[in-house]
Amino acid sequence: MTLATAPVVAAAPVKPRWRVPRLNTRLYLGITITGVIALTAFLLPLFYKGDPAAQGMFLKNLPVSGQHLLGTNALGQDIFWFLVFAIRNSLLLGVAVSAGCTLISTLVGISAGYIGGWYERIAIILTDTFITIPVFPILIVLSALVRGNTSFLTVGLILIAFGWAWNARTIRSMALTIREREFINMARFSGASTWHIITRQIFPYVYAYMVVGFINTILFAINTEASLAVIGLSNVAVPTLGSIIFWALNYNAMMIGQQLWIIAPIVTTVLMFLGLFLLSTGYNEYFAERRGVA
Amino acid sequence: MIQLKNVVAEYTTKRGRMKAVDGVDLVIPDGVIVGIAGESGCGKSTLMKVLYGDLGFPLSLASGSVDYGFTNDKGQPVTDANVQREWFRHVSIIPQSSMSSLNPVIRIREQFVDFPATSKDKKATLAKVREFVQRIGLPPESIDAYPHQLSGGMRQRIMVALATFLEPEVILADEPTTALDVVVQKEILLLLLELQEKMRNTIIFVSHDMGVHYQLTHQMLIMYAGKAVEHGPTEEIFRAPLHPYTLLLTSALPTIGDDRARQGLPGSPPSLWDPPKGCRFAPRCPLATEKCRTEEPPLVEVRPGHSSACHHIDRIPQLQADLAKAPSLDDLDEARLLAQVQENLRREHEIDATADAAPPSEVDRPEIPSEVADTVAPAGGER
Amino acid sequence: MLLHFDFGPSFTSYPKPVSEIILAAMPWTIGLLVTSTVIAWLLGNLVGIIAGYYNKRRFATALEVVGIVLYPIPYYVLALTVVLVLAYYLGWFPITSTFLPGPLTPQRVIWILYNSALPALTLILAGFGWNILSMKSLAVATKEEGYVQFARLKGVPDWRRMNRYVFRNALLPQLTALVLSLGTIFNGALLTEMIFAYPGIGLLMRTAAGAGDYNLLYGTITTAIIAVATAAFILDLIYPLFDPRIRLKG
Repeated sequence: MTLATAPVVAAAPVKPRWRVPRLNTRLYLGITITGVIALTAFLLPLFYKGDPAAQGMFLKNLPVSGQHLLGTNALGQDIFWFLVFAIRNSLLLGVAVSAGCTLISTLVGISAGYIGGWYERIAIILTDTFITIPVFPILIVLSALVRGNTSFLTVGLILIAFGWAWNARTIRSMALTIREREFINMARFSGASTWHIITRQIFPYVYAYMVVGFINTILFAINTEASLAVIGLSNVAVPTLGSIIFWALNYNAMMIGQQLWIIAPIVTTVLMFLGLFLLSTGYNEYFAERRGVA
Repeated sequence: MIQLKNVVAEYTTKRGRMKAVDGVDLVIPDGVIVGIAGESGCGKSTLMKVLYGDLGFPLSLASGSVDYGFTNDKGQPVTDANVQREWFRHVSIIPQSSMSSLNPVIRIREQFVDFPATSKDKKATLAKVREFVQRIGLPPESIDAYPHQLSGGMRQRIMVALATFLEPEVILADEPTTALDVVVQKEILLLLLELQEKMRNTIIFVSHDMGVHYQLTHQMLIMYAGKAVEHGPTEEIFRAPLHPYTLLLTSALPTIGDDRARQGLPGSPPSLWDPPKGCRFAPRCPLATEKCRTEEPPLVEVRPGHSSACHHIDRIPQLQADLAKAPSLDDLDEARLLAQVQENLRREHEIDATADAAPPSEVDRPEIPSEVADTVAPAGGER
Repeated sequence: MLLHFDFGPSFTSYPKPVSEIILAAMPWTIGLLVTSTVIAWLLGNLVGIIAGYYNKRRFATALEVVGIVLYPIPYYVLALTVVLVLAYYLGWFPITSTFLPGPLTPQRVIWILYNSALPALTLILAGFGWNILSMKSLAVATKEEGYVQFARLKGVPDWRRMNRYVFRNALLPQLTALVLSLGTIFNGALLTEMIFAYPGIGLLMRTAAGAGDYNLLYGTITTAIIAVATAAFILDLIYPLFDPRIRLKG
């Protein structure tokens, strides 16, 4: 067939089989915002010596100046550097937790969707339980039990334990629809093993949802940790977005004229979440366009 | 009668503009059932949209007009410009799939009275409807149900009822039986025939199924690549067609008791982005000559009431005879069969290479907004 | 123990039984939660359906942007922003809510509403954003359905198509989504209560955790879980009212 058509194709104007769609607006914005924040958060700390969380390093409650870009707070910490480290830690936590969650949710989701049977039923029950149980109260109990000794690691592990469920559900339903499609049956009939089918056939369709789920879980992790920190139940000695706010609230930042202490993390948090969200939906759109809106 | 005067309908897309219907000029008399047949992408669905007046971005009437031959309530003649106001009053439509055309969460009776043609006097309308559905074989309570409570055949009857109970002059049916099983299909076809006989309206019927056309229609319009290539009485179209495309279409139909090998029609229609000069069927036509490739044949009346667009109408009877001489399947030995298949494939590649066919179904696909493709799984769980 | 709803006495308010404390706090939480969820859901869906039905116009994109901006903002940020802007800078509302005990006089009711405004506003803003977005995309998808197209071809006017055809059908998956997000909404409500010192279950939980009052903690957690499960159950019961395909088997 190619012999007959090849010379004609070379002469005719080339029509690509599928066009790579441009990155849509959301994706652009998302990448930009997240990129800027992540870069600053990870690069800047390399230039800082010392521990930004050390109290009493500087004079308290200094206003904005060249030395202290956002001033200092009531604990004698430089707000700007504390914030930078806080962003970094929050992001690190988010990414780490999300990695763990995505791993688990993908494994559970794909296997449940594909293998089916009693295995699937158990997986569903497990997943749905974890989804319906409101995470926050559980976290409160756990941190109350551990009282004061909540290490960052503990918080992270708990977040992983509760964060995988939602995405597992999504991935499973994707896997279900894929299972019934023609090419899977083809692979099965041609003797491919279950593992091969899962990795080579189903995976490429599911990975977009994984990516979206990954970003969403980052949001979830940072959000939940910060929520805990704001009410003082996480390890507030470690600078995170949540703990800044906790200390600011504790010292009544608004009353003593230190608005920046509380406004700066709020603005940063909003920007970061917005960026991550745009990244997530932007990628979703992009992937949908690539598939030709199947 | 409906007069289509040089109708050109085009789609405006990112790639440019494409004429799905490229100059259709014909007259449809009153009180007949006309069938439109042709391959995917020939423009029949677009023509239906033009006839119904369903023109909206990206479809537009680039030139030409449609005159419906009757006047509206204000006394003005109904044309493509104002036919939208007559929807379901004087012109109605029977869509393809009955299940997806009825709102699943609202009772059927509501759907009879929620449009301008009927919403003025609901009680009277409903009484009329109840009486009407009985005439077509449905119990009067059926309209009190929800769509999912009725069977597929009953729902399609409801669609027929919707389209006919106000006794419109023109009914457009876009493949109304394609999604049904043959038993129900026959019922619906008989129903349409019956109604048409009583009401004497014009039914314009699109279908892939030539068998359905034969049973139902009085006249047929054959379309190819955006052009009307033949228009005439159904019986003649099947028995003595005046266009090679029609002949090849009808001779591909299997018949019980006739085991001659069928000759398919290799290749695919030309891309409408860059239609060939001359006759558009020439690349695939066994009778094509140089004249066909350069000069486009006009649609002319060859016999009374029967027009065709072909330069070599006189050679068609010979082609017909040749096809009739096809050997019986039993007579074909394997080697010959294989040779036949290989020959068809070769011809197909040849035609594809020269015609550079684009997927014709691109035309009729509605624009799908990108946000719709995947609803983002709400990260509601992740807050 | 569970069946009798008896968790024993509270450690911090010995010997007051935990169940008593919880029951006193329940109406506050339920009131706040139900009101704000209903408002957020209704408003969000209304805005969403308009944005989705007219999604080609510019105001639809504007509405969507509102949703995009609101949705990812976490509860605590919203709470603090609301406090900063409305209480601190504009001074329209009190920074912390105080609820004096006493009988339910109309005066007191207004006082309660006034002090509950900020936490309620937080919850409404938080839920509103997501409702807009999901309803919008559902509306856009539903618009493509065969029955909506057919309604158009019958000549059904825009507003009726939007309501009876698109909205009524898009509502169904929205309802399901609501059930799934109940856990999240509840989480957010608890957090909001803690930040605003609102006398609901959330605050109880926080003080119990801080003070080591395990009975109270255990009681509140259990109540929370049961509450969410019950709400989900109720919503599941309501669903058939909206979908005749489930209500009446063909």
